[in-house]
Amino acid sequence: MRLSLEVSLSAVLVATLAGLPLGAAIAVGRFPGRRALIVLLNALMGLPPVVVGLLVYLLLSRAGPLGEFGLLFTPSAMVIAQTLLVLPIIAALCRQAVEDAWLEYEEQLRSLGAEGLRAALTLVWDIRYSLVTALLAGLGRACAEVGAVIIVGGNIDGVTRVMTTAIALETSKGDLPLALALGFVLIAIVLALNAGAYLVKDAAQRRFG
Amino acid sequence: MGMIAAALAAFVLSLPAHAQRTHITIASTTSTEQSGLFRHLLPKFTHRTGIEVRVVALGTGQALDMGRRGDADVVFVHDAAAEKRFVDEGYGVGHRLVMYNDFVLIGPKSDPAVARGGDIVAALAKIHRAQAPFVSRGDKSGTHAAELRLWKLAGLEMPAPKGAWYRETGSGMGPALNTASGLNAYVLADRGTWLSFRNRGALVILVEGDRRLFNQYGVMLVSPAKHPHVRREPGLRFIDWLVSPEGQNAIAEYRIGGEPLFFPSAR
Amino acid sequence: MNGILPLRLEEVTFAAGGHAAIDRVSLELTAGPSTILLGANGAGKSVLMRLMHGLLVPSAGRVRWNEDDPRSVRRRQAMVFQRPIMLRRSVLANVEYGLKVARVPEPERRASALEALASVGLAHLAHRPARTLSGGEQQRVALARAWALHPEVLFLDEPTASLDPGATREIETVIKAFDAAGTKVVMATHNLGQARRLGDEVLFLHQGRLVERAAVDRFFPQPASAEAAAFVRGELPWA
Repeated sequence: MRLSLEVSLSAVLVATLAGLPLGAAIAVGRFPGRRALIVLLNALMGLPPVVVGLLVYLLLSRAGPLGEFGLLFTPSAMVIAQTLLVLPIIAALCRQAVEDAWLEYEEQLRSLGAEGLRAALTLVWDIRYSLVTALLAGLGRACAEVGAVIIVGGNIDGVTRVMTTAIALETSKGDLPLALALGFVLIAIVLALNAGAYLVKDAAQRRFG
Repeated sequence: MGMIAAALAAFVLSLPAHAQRTHITIASTTSTEQSGLFRHLLPKFTHRTGIEVRVVALGTGQALDMGRRGDADVVFVHDAAAEKRFVDEGYGVGHRLVMYNDFVLIGPKSDPAVARGGDIVAALAKIHRAQAPFVSRGDKSGTHAAELRLWKLAGLEMPAPKGAWYRETGSGMGPALNTASGLNAYVLADRGTWLSFRNRGALVILVEGDRRLFNQYGVMLVSPAKHPHVRREPGLRFIDWLVSPEGQNAIAEYRIGGEPLFFPSAR
Repeated sequence: MNGILPLRLEEVTFAAGGHAAIDRVSLELTAGPSTILLGANGAGKSVLMRLMHGLLVPSAGRVRWNEDDPRSVRRRQAMVFQRPIMLRRSVLANVEYGLKVARVPEPERRASALEALASVGLAHLAHRPARTLSGGEQQRVALARAWALHPEVLFLDEPTASLDPGATREIETVIKAFDAAGTKVVMATHNLGQARRLGDEVLFLHQGRLVERAAVDRFFPQPASAEAAAFVRGELPWA
């Protein structure tokens, strides 16, 4: 189902654009409360999707603060919810990878005059292949979750029904063979994405060292 | 950084939300959706009017709450008492009766409580006496409300009499049927969901036809007085279509395995 | 415009974990002679160099250049480390990186980078991924990267310690050229032969203290301090 991929890939894209600089900045920066922030970020990786779904629902509901945008029960709402789920994963994993790389690169980068965010972003680009793993982790989380998208999307036939919510629906209708078939398709898609990313990463690493 | 944020916001908000065509959002029940009625009905309406209908399927209680919050334009549920309360509170206008279907008592073929027959209240009393496993939706839905009313007629305030035999799943009709199938238990279900349910195990219909099992559906517009953004015109067109001869015919002609599910009742 | 030299260290101490890696060192470095920091492993050469370059902050004492603006001070120095750190980019991009950070505009950037690569003899490898080069070649790229910034002071922390003799010779040739072009070279090494080949003066460190300072011609034949004498004797077979 194309919608599944559109929603999850969009969420991962937004989460990446926001999460990579965030993780890198925390890795390289030194400020009070940094360690608490790292612990928080790691903990948020395990946010229950239903909780995120509920919070976003309350935000986007007409009765809620962002209600006037009418985003509830649209794919946009699903992207927002999944972005919130995936962002901590990408940021936390990026922070870990950048911090490890910083140990190796710090002196040289500082010697050349690169500090703070500039150095952090240079590192992010340099370790980009390792970060692919972080992105895949985020994508996996997004594709697999159902709790958030079903609450904010409403599982509307033809509009916000994705693979996971369709599986939930067919299961609850008792049509287990169909649910299972959809499940296998979903797994196959995720496997294909992972395999593709791995091959790209491998080829690039061999070329660039 | 600010530019990135703005670009992101624009991107997210521009995602296909079918914003081009007029659409209305309907809060309805899982049993109605899972019966497949909407798949049959809505394309006809859209074809006639060009208005797209988006159905969010929840339990009756949740659907009405959605209406109270203003997250839906129309509510289409089956719990007369709750619907009346909704209108009295000022949240609903233009209430019309649309159709009815019936509930059936489902249970194991072996029927340990000897519930089979045409009397639902007697059947429930027997199930209670035998402490036979019974699955309840327990989710504030129309079906759940109907179930509780029937228990009351049998002299029982559910779920008060504690006992492991009465299991509340807090879920929709489908999952409740799944659970009943797995436990070989009795369960009250709407005929529509039962007819399209494919995981029956050893379950069969044991009680049907009792007048008290009839289930009336009502539709209403969420009050624009309470929620000005409600899509009043398209919403009213939908309601009018449902009770029109064309809509009522469409409802009557919907079948599963040759059997009609819903009976038009607009007056 | 003033140069950033002379560099003055005033009673500089660096303590880590209760132990003084650098203990009350005072010295002055002027333009001209290439300076060798000499000493056994753990004597504090690396720490002292990092204190001078600004990568470490002294626990006590002051490091003073002839210029107040810290960004300007940093811009006119460069450092090459024992292990070259190459970004996952082309050789040319690595050299350009330092120029980019220094905000050198685009056309000038490329020209400077290519010129620097030519001066270390690697212009023909400009578009190769830097990490695929040999250790000696990578170190030359690091030198080119430093050179492209046209620093007044070039710090080198044991630049050939990880290289084979052939690569070592190539690096030494480049360093000599930079010295001849007027850059102040400050190099840490424990290789006595290298010190004699490249240095004009020696600062000898022992257990974090500056024990002796002398011209190369005077230091090696006749080290004045006991510690220096022991060091020179001990290493002599390997010179």
